[in-house]
Amino acid sequence: MNKLQNFSKGLIKENPVLVLVLGTCPTLATSTSVLNALGMGAAATIVLICSNIVISALRKVIPDKVRIPCYIVLIAGFVTMVQMLVKAFAPALDESLGIYLPLIVVNCIILGRAEMFANKNTVVDSAIDAVGMGAGFTLALVMMATIREVFGNGTFLGFEIPVLIDNKISILTMAPGGFFVFGLLIALVNKFGKHKPKKKEFGCAGCPQAAACGRADCGGCAGQAEAEVSAQ
Amino acid sequence: MTKLIIILLSAVFINNYVLSRFLGICPFLGVSKKLDSATGMSLAVIFVMLLSTAVTWPIQYYLLNPNNLGYLQTIVFILVIAALVQLVEIVLKRYIPSLHQSLGVYLPLITTNCAVLGVTILNIDENYTFIEAMVNSLGSGLGFFLAMVMFSGVRSKIEGADVPESFKGLPVTLVAASITSLSFLGFGGVIENMFA
Repeated sequence: MNKLQNFSKGLIKENPVLVLVLGTCPTLATSTSVLNALGMGAAATIVLICSNIVISALRKVIPDKVRIPCYIVLIAGFVTMVQMLVKAFAPALDESLGIYLPLIVVNCIILGRAEMFANKNTVVDSAIDAVGMGAGFTLALVMMATIREVFGNGTFLGFEIPVLIDNKISILTMAPGGFFVFGLLIALVNKFGKHKPKKKEFGCAGCPQAAACGRADCGGCAGQAEAEVSAQ
Repeated sequence: MTKLIIILLSAVFINNYVLSRFLGICPFLGVSKKLDSATGMSLAVIFVMLLSTAVTWPIQYYLLNPNNLGYLQTIVFILVIAALVQLVEIVLKRYIPSLHQSLGVYLPLITTNCAVLGVTILNIDENYTFIEAMVNSLGSGLGFFLAMVMFSGVRSKIEGADVPESFKGLPVTLVAASITSLSFLGFGGVIENMFA
C-alpha cells in the first residue's frame, strides 16, 4: 500500500465514524455546532497522531501481554496535555466540549488504530495513518455539525443564514436530532458507498478489549456477550 | 434529602446518560438486541459505576487535591477503573461464581466504557459530596438500565419490520434511538418544579 492510499483510506473507504462506526459518543455529542466539531476533531487528531507515533516507535519495547494498559497510559498522557493546552489557549472551547475532552481517552478510534495499525507498522506509516484517520473523523464530525447547525440553528460557524434563521428546526441541535442525522448519514453511505453494508454492525477491531476477547470474528463484543449468555 | 432526590431523578430522566448525554452509546447500540443481555449489561454498569465512584472520589479529594496533582485526574481515573474491574472479575470468579455467571461476561467489556469514566469525572466537576456522588452514580446507572431495557423492546419490534435496504441495520436503529430520546425530552423541567 503506498503512502497516498494509506492516507486517503481514512477519509472515505475506512472512515472511522461512518464506515467503521467507531467513536460514536463524541460524534453525537459534539456535533451541535461546526466550531465544536472542528475543536473536537482537532483535539482527537492531535492525540491520535502523537499516540500512533509513540506506540509505533515503542512497538518492539512494549511487552505483548501488557500492551493495552501501556497504550491507555500513553493515550491518557497525551489527552491530559491536549486538555491543558485547550484550557490555557481556548477556554471557550474547553467550556463547550466539557466532559468530552477528557473522554477522548476512551475514544475507540484512538485505541483501535494503536491496536490495528501502529503496533504493526513503521513510525512514518503510522503517522500518515493517524493523519488520515483524524481527518476522516473531523470530516464526518463537520458534516454532521453542518447539517445540525445550518438547519437546527440557522447559522454556519456563527454567521446567520437569511431564510433558515427564521425557520429553525431546533430539534436537530438537541439529543434526538443527533441520533437522527447520524442515522441518515450512515444510510446515505450504505446507499451510495461502493461497499455493501457490512454484516458486522460494530467495529470490534476498535474495541479496547478486542485483544483480550479473542472472539472478534463472531460479531464483536455484543456477539461474544450473547454467545456466552446463550451457552450458559 | 430533597437535593438527593433531585440528583437521583434528574440523573435517571433528564440528564439520561445514553439518551441526552450520549455516553455509553456503544453498549447501548451493541448489546440492546435481547432483553436478557441488555439487563445483564446494565446491572454490570450500575455495579461498576457505584464501585468506581466509591474509589475515585476519595482518591481525588484525599490524594490528588492535597498534593496539587489535579491534572493527573484523567490518567489516574482510567487506570483505577481498569484495574478495579479486572480485580472485581477475578474475585467474583473465585468466590461468587453464580454472580460471575450473570455479570462477569459484561465486566471486561465496560472497563473503558465512556459512561463509567464520564460519571466519575462529572461527580468531581459538579463538586458533589461523597453521598451526592454515590446517588448521582446510582441514578446514572439506573438511567442507563432504563434506556437499555426500553430500547431492547423497541428493537425487537424493528427486527420484524420492513425497512428500506439502505436503512437496514444501524441506520434504522439510530432513528429509533432518536424517537426514544425524544420521549425523554418531555421530562425536562418536571423534576426541578416537583419540589418548588
